[in-house]
Amino acid sequence: MPINYYIITAIALFCIGITGVLTRRNAIIIFMCIEIMLNAVNLLLVAFSKMFHMAYLANPAKAVTSGIDGQLFVFFIMVVAAAEVSVGLAIIVMMYRNTHSVDVNFLNRLKN
Amino acid sequence: MNISQILFWILTVLALGSALGVVLSKNPVYSVLCLIVTFFAISGHYILLNAQFLAIVNIIVYAGAIMVLFLFVIMLMNLNAEVEPQKSKILKFAGFIAGLCLFLVIVAAIKNAEAKTQAAQLAGGDIGLIKNLGTALFNDYVLPFEISSVLFLSAMVGAVVIGKKE
Repeated sequence: MPINYYIITAIALFCIGITGVLTRRNAIIIFMCIEIMLNAVNLLLVAFSKMFHMAYLANPAKAVTSGIDGQLFVFFIMVVAAAEVSVGLAIIVMMYRNTHSVDVNFLNRLKN
Repeated sequence: MNISQILFWILTVLALGSALGVVLSKNPVYSVLCLIVTFFAISGHYILLNAQFLAIVNIIVYAGAIMVLFLFVIMLMNLNAEVEPQKSKILKFAGFIAGLCLFLVIVAAIKNAEAKTQAAQLAGGDIGLIKNLGTALFNDYVLPFEISSVLFLSAMVGAVVIGKKE
């Protein structure tokens, strides 16, 4: 597959996530849209990693592990996403306990 | 059109359709289920790209751990479609237009990119196996790996401190 198909797919997923963040008011769904955006970036990183590895297979003078950095970045993004989800859901639970709602429009105490 | 191209299109349609389902569905539980389908489709893409380890980790971490956490929180709060807060029509429309414009701008920006015809999916290549990934991880990326353990510890402590009743 040419790389631009993967690029378009990842951009479409990322923009769906952006649209979800902009159009929904439920804090949990906004959080899930952020996960979609993270996964779009992961998909693109893996596709580029594969692309650079194909360049190695065409030209064996390069290092045998060329392209492996992209997959390790995906690994670290997953680590950060897991940590982020645990803290974020704890914050949402605390917000629900205080306001009995997950509507982000109630979170305007810093406004005035 | 060979089998991997057919699989690519099936997985792409599945990922994009269920991602749209996350955004469009009224009930948060349906959103979570659509998101699980999205993650499985992306794992299928990883397998097509010879990233087997990442595919399995994606299923275990995202579809296993994170989605169970989401479902748990949603069921804890007893959310459903009736209490779901809605934005006004005009704000939804504006958000949709903004997302579409972002898509068009990025696509236009990469349209003339140099690398766009390079192939990304062919047979061969075993950098996605655990042996090669582990060698690179513990040779070149030892420090980030250890720092990520500290990150996990701080996230765990932070979640407990935030979550406990005061």
